[in-house]
Amino acid sequence: MSTVQLQDKRALEAVWADPPGFMGWLKTVDHKRIARRYFVTALVFFALAGLLALVMRLQLARADNTLVGPDLYNQLFSLHGSAMMFLFAVPIMQAAGIFLVPLMVGTRNIAFARLNAFSYWIYLFGGLLIFVAFVLNIGPEAGWFAYVPLSGPQYSAGKRTDIWAQMITFTEAASLIVAIELVVTAFRLRAPGMLLRRIPLLVWSQVVTSFMVIFAMPAVMLASSFLISDRLVSTQFYNPAEGGDALLWQHLFWFFGHPEVYIIFIPALGMVSEIIATFAARPAFGYLALVLSLAVTGFFAFGLWVHHMFVTGLPPAGMSFFTAASLVISIPTGVQIFCWIATLATGGAIRFTTPLMFVVGFFFIFIIGGLTGVMLASVSLDSQVHDSYFVVAHFHYVLIGGAVFPLFGGFYYWFPKLTGKRLSERAGKWNFWLFFIGFNLTFFPMHILGLEGMTRRVYTYGADTGWTPLNLLATIGSAIIAVSVIVFVVNVILSLRRGAPAGANPWNGTTLEWGTSSPPPSYGFADLIYVGSRQPLKITPLAYVTGLPTRMRTSLATTLADARPDHITPDPNPSIWPLVTALAVTVLFIGSIFTPWALIWGSVPVTIALIGWFWPTEKQARDLQACEVKPEEGRAPRLVEIGP
Amino acid sequence: MNDRIRVLDVSGLQTYAYGHRSLMWWGTLGMILIESTVFALAIGSYFYLRGLSVTWPPHGAPPVLTYGTINTGVLLLSAIPNQWTKHQAERENLRGTRIGLVICLVFGAIFLAIRGFEFGALQTSWNTSAYGSIVWALLLLHTIHLVTDFIDSAVLTVLMFTGPISGRRFVDVSENTLYWWFVVLSWLFIYATIYLAPRMPP
Amino acid sequence: MHSAINTAGPRAHEIAELMTLFTAVCAVVYLIVIGVLIWALLRKRARARLASEAEREIADRKARHVITWATALTVLILITLGLSDFFVQRSLFTPPKDPLRVLITGHQYWWEIEYDHPDPSQRLRTANELHIPTGKPVELVLTSRDVIHSFWLPSISGKKDLIPGRVNTEVLIADKPGLYTGQCAEFCGLQHAKMRLVLHADSPEDFEKWRQQQLQPGREPATDTERRGRTVFTSTSCVLCHSVQGTDASATVGPDLTHIASRGTIAAGTLPNTPDNLAAWILAPHRMKPGVQMPATPLPPDDLGALTKYLASLQ
Repeated sequence: MSTVQLQDKRALEAVWADPPGFMGWLKTVDHKRIARRYFVTALVFFALAGLLALVMRLQLARADNTLVGPDLYNQLFSLHGSAMMFLFAVPIMQAAGIFLVPLMVGTRNIAFARLNAFSYWIYLFGGLLIFVAFVLNIGPEAGWFAYVPLSGPQYSAGKRTDIWAQMITFTEAASLIVAIELVVTAFRLRAPGMLLRRIPLLVWSQVVTSFMVIFAMPAVMLASSFLISDRLVSTQFYNPAEGGDALLWQHLFWFFGHPEVYIIFIPALGMVSEIIATFAARPAFGYLALVLSLAVTGFFAFGLWVHHMFVTGLPPAGMSFFTAASLVISIPTGVQIFCWIATLATGGAIRFTTPLMFVVGFFFIFIIGGLTGVMLASVSLDSQVHDSYFVVAHFHYVLIGGAVFPLFGGFYYWFPKLTGKRLSERAGKWNFWLFFIGFNLTFFPMHILGLEGMTRRVYTYGADTGWTPLNLLATIGSAIIAVSVIVFVVNVILSLRRGAPAGANPWNGTTLEWGTSSPPPSYGFADLIYVGSRQPLKITPLAYVTGLPTRMRTSLATTLADARPDHITPDPNPSIWPLVTALAVTVLFIGSIFTPWALIWGSVPVTIALIGWFWPTEKQARDLQACEVKPEEGRAPRLVEIGP
Repeated sequence: MNDRIRVLDVSGLQTYAYGHRSLMWWGTLGMILIESTVFALAIGSYFYLRGLSVTWPPHGAPPVLTYGTINTGVLLLSAIPNQWTKHQAERENLRGTRIGLVICLVFGAIFLAIRGFEFGALQTSWNTSAYGSIVWALLLLHTIHLVTDFIDSAVLTVLMFTGPISGRRFVDVSENTLYWWFVVLSWLFIYATIYLAPRMPP
Repeated sequence: MHSAINTAGPRAHEIAELMTLFTAVCAVVYLIVIGVLIWALLRKRARARLASEAEREIADRKARHVITWATALTVLILITLGLSDFFVQRSLFTPPKDPLRVLITGHQYWWEIEYDHPDPSQRLRTANELHIPTGKPVELVLTSRDVIHSFWLPSISGKKDLIPGRVNTEVLIADKPGLYTGQCAEFCGLQHAKMRLVLHADSPEDFEKWRQQQLQPGREPATDTERRGRTVFTSTSCVLCHSVQGTDASATVGPDLTHIASRGTIAAGTLPNTPDNLAAWILAPHRMKPGVQMPATPLPPDDLGALTKYLASLQ
């Protein structure tokens, strides 16, 4: 990257830095700081959910074990699944987008930056809600997908399921907000010259995912709202005795639930593309095929949901459609795998760094999961293994192999950019191998257990079933996974303390995030550039962008298709309103667990907070006044040469 | 390294823009997509439950048409002041914008009042049957959008009177119309579902 | 026997064969893809050769070719698998001719079983243990009284959910006589793990013998203890939930006990049917299955002993 520096860094820092101290921490709207928060919080939830799983595995290590009784066990698996899906997997993938998308498209902050701050707080509060409930022994006990009537008013006593349903509202609202921010950032804030065909693959994966979030999450919000109202005010949505239907829940939930797993998976595919490109020293092969595959996968994901309902007695002709769709969706994923292998085959010398090892692990593990998915697409095969440990094996292979392994690769790859330090490669290799071996030891036997009749969600099993040896093996494997996670945590802590400084581009990457310091300054990039290729760091920028007002935070909005400069848009200053609003929303959501009237009186503080948020301050008004250029006064940008 | 460097000087660019050029338009569109999906799924749930029922409504009469139809008329009529206000805003005519916003608020108050009567006209309670639950849900979901639209229009109106005014405020008024269009158009589908569908043969 | 691979009926055989086909194809695909991946990772590359633009063009064109063929092959494989599945599905969904109909209602946490018959006096009620004749299709008519359950005997057939407000069907056909087990396959609450199913596949003659015996009313008590036991049964909380044909007890909240002694297990297949287990179960069912619906029945030891004797006589 060129060493030209046109902007006054101190002026930028003065405008973009957060206020110091705790207030600055509370008021920040810096996408990098908020992403960091998301990462830490999501990893804490990951560790907690993992601990829950360890306890489950200890209980199942022996037949007729009495370590954990049925009530606690039911809470364990319900919270394990809910926390992993809602509090870890989706938030952390979105966090990667929050951190990387603005940097990769060459802009200073994410769109709607205050909403970004708000989304973190309600995510945090929703997660705290459910874990506190668990500690108080009122945690959810109906599974992470809470089928009715078991989760309904008649069979799920107390507030457990209401708390679960409201946690969904919190976390889905956060996800929806982030999705809008990411789409707008990627569509309208790209550096000039970053044509659609020059957008990094990770950004495309985040765009596709965000659209999926927008169309999928409303389904679970509607479903859980119907559930809360059945429980709270006696609506009859799911009560067959009064015209409701137990399967209405399943249709609504899985209409969300199937895209949900692709919402988790597709961002990981973006990471795989970036990591492979860097360590095979060539741009990813088949850019267009990769982007189209992501889009097609995201689209088709909405046509599969009934495969979760193959044994509910639906008409066979209808189910056949979903079998076909579930088979077809493997084609675009296959195309991506072929493109990645082609990239590896035709690149330069391959560097077997920890990020790449995790990506290789992804291939080994995810493909098995994808193939068992092909089996599950068959109604007949599914009729045997549905709701058995075979399915547990399948989804852990696709989720851990397909999402968590690339995610860990992403950690090792982008940790230097996020923190300025490198993670230890040696510890990284240990992390990888322990995880890889532990994972397969834990989950491969479960395929067999399922075929041998072991059903899901059982707190114990009899010795006469013969399931003990494989369960013991799985428990040993889970202990190895735990050790690998400990290695990771220790690696992170020690590297933060004593790690070697990373430098701007430790891996020789070609995307824009490697063109600024590690970690990036508050203003992201000293100089915004005019992009001329898919690998903007490999060539000198076509031009540098100048002329953005410097007395306030501003970004350059560009056009969707060809990233031409369109107008200058102000960026929000740090603000306490996102937190205040989040607290008000939390009161509303938690209140409505107990009474429907909370929707009314709870709205009052929320409305007040939103008015405070939206109302322009004096400083804002002055800055806008000083910098304002009306549409009729605007002048097109000019490309000039400067210098001696 | 070449001593002369090329710069793209954007200093003359306008600092706000209307319509799809504004980022707020995109944010509003995102929200519209989300809420449209909610409505579509709720309407889908209505027809799904109907498909499982022998008679629909299971007991009692379908909702009385009067208030709902009047309200539909009021909503459609409010097209005029809303579009007019949008044009005033885009022309940055402060006086026109203020007048327009107040008229829109009056319309808003009228349709909220009539909406109150619509709930009674549903001829069923939310807890007697799945039918009652889903029609209440549909009406309530739309009413929530009416209420939030009214409140944020009211806030915007006050802001346009008190200031501080800037170009971006006029963009906000213009985008508000986009959201309001969504409220009206989505209502047509919900109206058809609540009021017309139970009168059609299954 | 409870294995989807070690099967004992034609339907489970068909599914197991389909599973074998899919597994074999998938295993081959996996080995090929991983093999190519490893080749791609480890191949020695002359860096100089790939440096030139022209060489990269050639490599890319070759890759495009390979990928197109690989994708075409993938589509072909999926079509083949899809078609195989289609044929099996068509076979499995063909309604059986003249089946024996059995109505099964799921409860938390037991299976209510009623053998259907046009003549009401030929209808047989039992619980948790199913008998079917070998070689004959049995059509299960499935519903639930409370939450969703799922009926699964892996050695015999795929599973089917029992959903309140809906009626589903599943077909069982057993090849040869034997004992087959399964358990509820849809999470249904605290004792989901211990809601077991027991299937006795009998020869047609044995089945008819069993059926005739089950159609009899409850055996009259023969000894004083058994008589005392019946008095205990009909005068305590037992009759609030249980029924014994031939007595006044006719509640259907809990399992029918008319022929309880003919069953090998109690507590939904989880405890061997011994007098000790019976007694312990009656006294404190939540000790064995915490969360079970059956309340504790604290009886004085003599009454308990008599009751157990009576129940043990209900062959």
